[in-house]
Formats: sequence, C-alpha cells, structure tokens
Amino acid sequence: MSSSPSYGPRPWTFYVLAALFTLFVIFLYGPMIGVLILSFQGPSASLVFPLRDPSLMWFDELFNPRRTGDVVGAFYRSLPLAGIVMLLTVLVSVTAGFAFRRRFWGSTAIFYTAIASLIVPGLVLSIGILVTFRYLGQSASWYTSGLGAHLSWSLPFGLLIMFAVLGRLNPSYEEAAYDLGATKWQTVKEVVVPIVFPGMIAVALFGFTLSYDEFPRSWLTVGSKNTLPLEIWTMTTNVTSPALYALGTVTTVVSFIVIAIALSSIILIQRKRSS
Amino acid sequence: MASLPTADTQSSNKTSLLMTYLQVTPLTVVLTFFFLIPVALVVAVSFFRYQMLVGLVPDFVLTNYIDLIKNPTTWTLYLSTLKFTLIVLVITFVLGFWIAYFLVFHVRNLLVAIGLFLICTVPFWTSNIIRMISWRPVLGKEGLINSALLKAGAIDQPIEWLLYSDFSVVVAYVHLFTLFMIVPIFNSMARIDKSLLEAAVDAGASRWGVVWNVVLPLSKTGIALGALFVVTLVMGDFFVVTVMSGGLSGSATSGIFNDLQFLNYPRAAANAVILLIIVLLIAAAIFRVVDVRKELVR
Repeated sequence: MSSSPSYGPRPWTFYVLAALFTLFVIFLYGPMIGVLILSFQGPSASLVFPLRDPSLMWFDELFNPRRTGDVVGAFYRSLPLAGIVMLLTVLVSVTAGFAFRRRFWGSTAIFYTAIASLIVPGLVLSIGILVTFRYLGQSASWYTSGLGAHLSWSLPFGLLIMFAVLGRLNPSYEEAAYDLGATKWQTVKEVVVPIVFPGMIAVALFGFTLSYDEFPRSWLTVGSKNTLPLEIWTMTTNVTSPALYALGTVTTVVSFIVIAIALSSIILIQRKRSS
Repeated sequence: MASLPTADTQSSNKTSLLMTYLQVTPLTVVLTFFFLIPVALVVAVSFFRYQMLVGLVPDFVLTNYIDLIKNPTTWTLYLSTLKFTLIVLVITFVLGFWIAYFLVFHVRNLLVAIGLFLICTVPFWTSNIIRMISWRPVLGKEGLINSALLKAGAIDQPIEWLLYSDFSVVVAYVHLFTLFMIVPIFNSMARIDKSLLEAAVDAGASRWGVVWNVVLPLSKTGIALGALFVVTLVMGDFFVVTVMSGGLSGSATSGIFNDLQFLNYPRAAANAVILLIIVLLIAAAIFRVVDVRKELVR
C-alpha cells in the first residue's frame, strides 16, 4: 500500500493524517479504558477519577445482586440468543449470498427489502413486531419475537458481507474445477468453501455481536425478561455506583473474547492454507 | 470480476434456477415475517383510533397524523433530529474519509494497515450503551477534562456544557458511528488501482487534485453506504440523545417513545410511519446518486 510517490521521504500529509489517526484512536479507546479503570473503584463509590483503594467489590456486587437487578439472568439469555442469531445468520446469509450471484426474477425486490430492513429505525420495527405478535395471540419473548427482531438486522449485514466476499469468487474457478472433472460437491468443498470461509467467520462475528449488543430492536420484543443491553439500560437510570462500570468491563471482556476467537480462527485458517 | 450469470451454460439453467430460489427462501421468509408484515401492521395501526382504557380500535381515521402535524413539539423534535443528523454526517464523513485515506494510501505495509483498520473496528463489537456511558467520567462536572482544566488553571469553574448538552450528544454519536463511515470508504478505496494515482501525478495533478478528481469519485460507493448508515442510525436513535442530553434534547423517536408509555399505539405508529417515510426518502436519494447494488456485486 503506497501513495503516489511510492518511495522516498514520506509527504507532510502523512504526518498530519497520522496525528489525526492517533487522536481518533485515543478518542475511541480513552473513555472505554477509563471505565475499565473505574470499575475497580474502592468503597468510596465515586463515579469519577481518581481511583481510590482499588477493589473488586463492584464485581462482587454485580454477581451477588442486592440492588443491581438480574444481571446474571440477563447474561444467560443474551448469550444463547446471540449464539442462535450467529448460527442462523451464517446459514441464511451465506445461502442467500450464493443465490444473488445470478440475476433472477425478484432479486432486486429482495435486495431492496433487505436494505430497508437494515435501515428501518429499530424502534419502529420493535413496535411492528410487538403488534404482529399481539395479533397472532402470542406473547413476546426473547427466543421468538426477540430472535426475529435481531435477525431482521443481522441478516442484511451478513448479506452485504457475503456480496463483498463472493465478489472475489470468480465463477471461472468453479468452471475450471468442473472442466478438470470435479463433481459438484467436490467443487464446493475444495474450491468454494476455502475461499468463502474467512468471510463466513466475519458474518458469524457480526451475527453474534449485533445480537449481543442490540438494544432498540430488543426493547419491545424480548418480553418480560430483559436481555443484557436492556438490563444495562435499566441500570443507567437506577444504579449510581461503579457496579455499572463493572458491568461495562465484564461485557467488554466478553466481546473481546469473541473477537479474539474469530480473528485467531481466521489467522489459523490462513496459515494452514499457506503451509 | 463479473459474477453475473452470463457464462451459465444453458443445460444447467433450469435446475440451478430452482436452486437459486431455494437458496433465497430462508432470507425471504425471515424478512417477510419480521420486517414486511410488522411494518405493514404499523402502517395499518397508524390509521386506528385510540381510546382511553380500551386501546386500539380498528378504524380508518387520519386524526393521528393530523394530531402530530398540528403539534409544534413534533416539528421541534424532527428539526432537532435533522440538525444532529447533518452535524454528525459532516463530522463522520470528514473523519472517515481521511482515516480511510491514511490507511489505504499512506500506510505502506499491508499488515500494518490491516492491523490499524482492526483497531478502528474493534470497539464496534462492544456494547454501545457502555461506550456511551463511558463519556460520563470524562465530560462530567467532576470529570477528567474539567478537573484537568481546573488544575491547569485554565478555568476556575467547571464547564457545564460538556455533559448533558447537544455537545455531548454529538460527541457520543461521532464516537459510536464514525466506524460506519470508515469501513465502507476503506473498502472502496482499497479497490482503487494505485497506478491510477501515479498516472494522475505523472499527468501533472497536484496532491489535492488527485484526492478531489480520482480518489473521491472512486470511493463514492463507500461514502454513500456510510452516509446511509449514519443517517439512519442517527434518525432512528432515541437512547443516545436521551442519555447524553440528560433528557434535555429529544429526537423524532422520543415522541414515539412517549406515546408508547401511554399505550397510545396508533399515534406512535403514525409517528413511526412519518419517520420511516423520511428515512426511506433519504435512502432513496442516496441510492439515486450511487447505484450501490451494481457496485456491490461488481
């Protein structure tokens, strides 16, 4: 990746933009690191710096709730929900992505419906799904209406990623495999999947985190039992102790573990392939 | 890179067409049940009558819409939302464009570029609400900025407008949504053939001329997608504006939220329809300028 004068001294714009980039990263991470530090606040329960008598008491408070509500329960709903959304997002958007490689009657309509589903304000859809379930005589719950609400947002994302991935899959590779005598199944296994697999992991990562952090679409659709973002939202209005920061630290750590798994599996696959 | 089926052989056409429809069925089913039908019902309910204690009464009345249009609060809220949308759009575009430009054209090592790109994207995978709240100890009255400025003697009273103001709302939006600009613009820029830039320089273009006449037009798909994301996210937001303004500012969705609290579903639905129409009009305008689909499947 080089700019127009490929070699030689870096242009002055490099330094200006490097400074901008550094400031942006500080802007991006600074506050999060602050929350991380403040979650170890001592019994003074101060919500701002400085950190006094570091302790783990707010994590303890979080998992042995006296005032903070049902964080653990919410976590055990959010995690499986995100897992199911991840699985379905991969399955559905990958197959749909392959369908879109050719033009078929209705493809444009389906594409624009997916885009509309992506950009419709979450609260609007939340109302709609709630009303739909009410008319069907069903009560809303995280594993029915909540799941659907999350899919309405993760599937279009997955589809867009698949477009980017499949754009790199030249049909002539498959034709070459056929010409060399490969069966359809062999072609899929040996040619298509290896090219598409890193993209599938990206879709999985999107599916998981879009669901795990989703708030507006969950708001009316998860029923009486909250998922984690809703629980956090309730806490922001009720809880004025560093327990809130401790929760932030815990959810961020979970997110980072998921990212680490996804990225390292992509790297592993690439390395395996190159050796 | 044409992935369109022009090369398909005639013999396999029938079976593969059936296959194609089977492949797209699950997506269509989900979109139908969790997007098309719900939105259609929202439109239907927006014409229903609201009756105290009874709730929804099926009917066809325009009172919900007339109520909203006559109410000055609606106008204030929508204007405030549009104001935030414009400000945030400009800031995120400027930031997103130059950061993507830096990563693609200034960082010479591909691995370093990918690493820096990942650094930008990682926060996206973490909770939005937590990232929003994390500004409190920074911007608050006793927060980092105020205490630092006090200590330095630059001010002798904490600056009040840092938190719970329009300023903090914009800061939170930029913090949350700049990513949605960086990623698509980065994606478009990464596809630009570097030799084009060299050709432009050889032909006597200035550095600025290259950016304006070559890079900017070639990244318009990314810009359009980014703008689409940012506009719809800000327009549909209720939670950031509520938390970060301390309840002082509202957004178009605040009106919907209030009506829902009183179980006035018809008026909430009417407001939702108005919001939806505005968002879709903006999206259509963006799609008119750039044929996103053609560029995506290319």
